[in-house]
Amino acid sequence: MIEDALTYLTDADSWWGKSGLATLIWNHIRLSGAALLVAVALAVPPALLLGHRHRGGLLALTLVNLSRALPTFAVIAFVLPLSYEFGFGLGFWPTFVALLLLALPPIFVNAFTGVEEVDPAVVEAARGMGMRDLEVLRRVEVPAALPLLAAGVRVSAVQVVATTTLGTLVGYRCLGTPIIQGIAERSYGKVLAGAVLVAALSLLTDAAFGVLGNRLTPWARDRGREAKASVQHAT
Amino acid sequence: MTPVLVLASRHDRLLSWDWIGDHTDEIWERTLQHLQLTGYAVGIGFVIAMAMALVSLRWRRAYAPLAAFSGTLYSIPSLALFAILVPYTGLGFRPVLIALVTYTLLILLRNIVAGVDGVPPDVVEAAEGMGYEPWRRFLAVDLRLATPAIIGGIRVATVTVIGLVTVGALVGSGGYGVFINDGLSRSFSTPILVGGGLSIAMALAFDLLLTLLQRLVTPWARPGAGR
Repeated sequence: MIEDALTYLTDADSWWGKSGLATLIWNHIRLSGAALLVAVALAVPPALLLGHRHRGGLLALTLVNLSRALPTFAVIAFVLPLSYEFGFGLGFWPTFVALLLLALPPIFVNAFTGVEEVDPAVVEAARGMGMRDLEVLRRVEVPAALPLLAAGVRVSAVQVVATTTLGTLVGYRCLGTPIIQGIAERSYGKVLAGAVLVAALSLLTDAAFGVLGNRLTPWARDRGREAKASVQHAT
Repeated sequence: MTPVLVLASRHDRLLSWDWIGDHTDEIWERTLQHLQLTGYAVGIGFVIAMAMALVSLRWRRAYAPLAAFSGTLYSIPSLALFAILVPYTGLGFRPVLIALVTYTLLILLRNIVAGVDGVPPDVVEAAEGMGYEPWRRFLAVDLRLATPAIIGGIRVATVTVIGLVTVGALVGSGGYGVFINDGLSRSFSTPILVGGGLSIAMALAFDLLLTLLQRLVTPWARPGAGR
C-alpha cells in the first residue's frame, strides 16, 4: 500500500491536469487563505475594541465553548443547501462559509483576551503620558496583544487547512479529493497519498505560522505558546 | 446554533417533521453508536494518557517528547487520519476509534500533568510530614487535588470527540454523521440538521454535565460549601 501511494505520488500524471495534485494543492491553499484572511478582517477590529472597553468577556467564553461543540462536517453540510439556495452553488462558497465560522472564534477570543489582559498600570501610565483613547489602543494595547493575536491566527490557520479537506464532500476539488475518491475506488494507495499530503500541509502551516509569530513578536515566545495551548482543538 | 433555529422557523421545508417522526428508531440507534464511540475513545484515551502522565511526572525529561508526539498526532486532520488507518483496519468502527483515542491524548496528558503540578508544595510537605509514603501520597493527595483539572481535560476531550465522530461516518463508523452524509448525498437538509443539531446538543450536554461533576468533586472550591 505504501508502495501504491509512492507510485501514485511519483507518477507525473497524478500531478498535472485539471484534477492533478498541483491543482488540488493550489485550490486547497487558495480556499484556506481566503477564509483565513476574511476571518482576520472580520474578527480582529471588534475584538480589539471590545477588549479595549473591557466588554464582551461572556461572549468570548461562549464562543470558545460553542466552537468546540460545533461539528465541522455538519456545518459544511448545513451551509450547502443555503449556499445553493442563495445562488452561490456547490464547492467553494459553502466550504468557505463553514471555514469562516470555524476560523472566527480563536482569532476573536485571542485578540480580545490579549487587549483585555494588558496590565492596567501600563494603560494608566500611557494615559498619564497624555495619550488619547484610541492612541492607547493602537500604541500600547495592540502591540501588547500581538503575541496572543498571532497565536490565535495560527490556531485558526491550522484548523482551516485541516478542514478544507472536507470541502471535497460538497464538490470542491482539494486535497480531500484523492482521499474520498480512493475510499470509493478502494485504491488505498491514493487515500494514503492524499492523507499524507493533507497532514503535511497542516503541519507545515503550523510551523510556518509559528515562525511568523516568533518573528513578529520575538519578545513573547513562551506566552504565544501558552495561548496556543489553551484554544487549539482537533479537526 | 441560532441560525439553525432561525432557519427552521423561516423555511419550514428545510426541516421535515415527518421525516423525524419516521426515523425515531434510527435516531436512537445512531445516538447509542455516537455515545459508545465517544465513551470508548475517551476511556481508552484516559488510560493511555494517565500512563504517559505518570511517566512524565516520574521522569520530567520524558514530558516534552511525549507532549510533542501527541501534539503532532493532534494536528493531523481527522479525515486524513481515518483514511490513513482504513487500509490497515478496514472500514467501520476501528479506524475512527483509534484516531479519536489519539486526539484525546494531548488534551488529557496536558491536563493531568498541569493538575498535579498545580498542587501546592506546602500541602505535599504536610502530607509527607504526616507520614504518607510517596506512592500513597500521590494517590491520596496529589491526584485528589488534581481532580478538577483532570475532569476539565476529560470535558474538553469529550466535547472534541463528539464533534469528530460525525466525520467518522465517512469511513463507516455510524453515529450522527450517517444522517449528515445521507442528507448531503440526497441534498435533503432535514437529516443534516438532525445529525448536526443532535451532535451539538450531545456536546453541550456533556460540557454541562462534566462542569457540574467538576464542582461536585471540589466542594472546597466553593466558599461555605462542603461542611
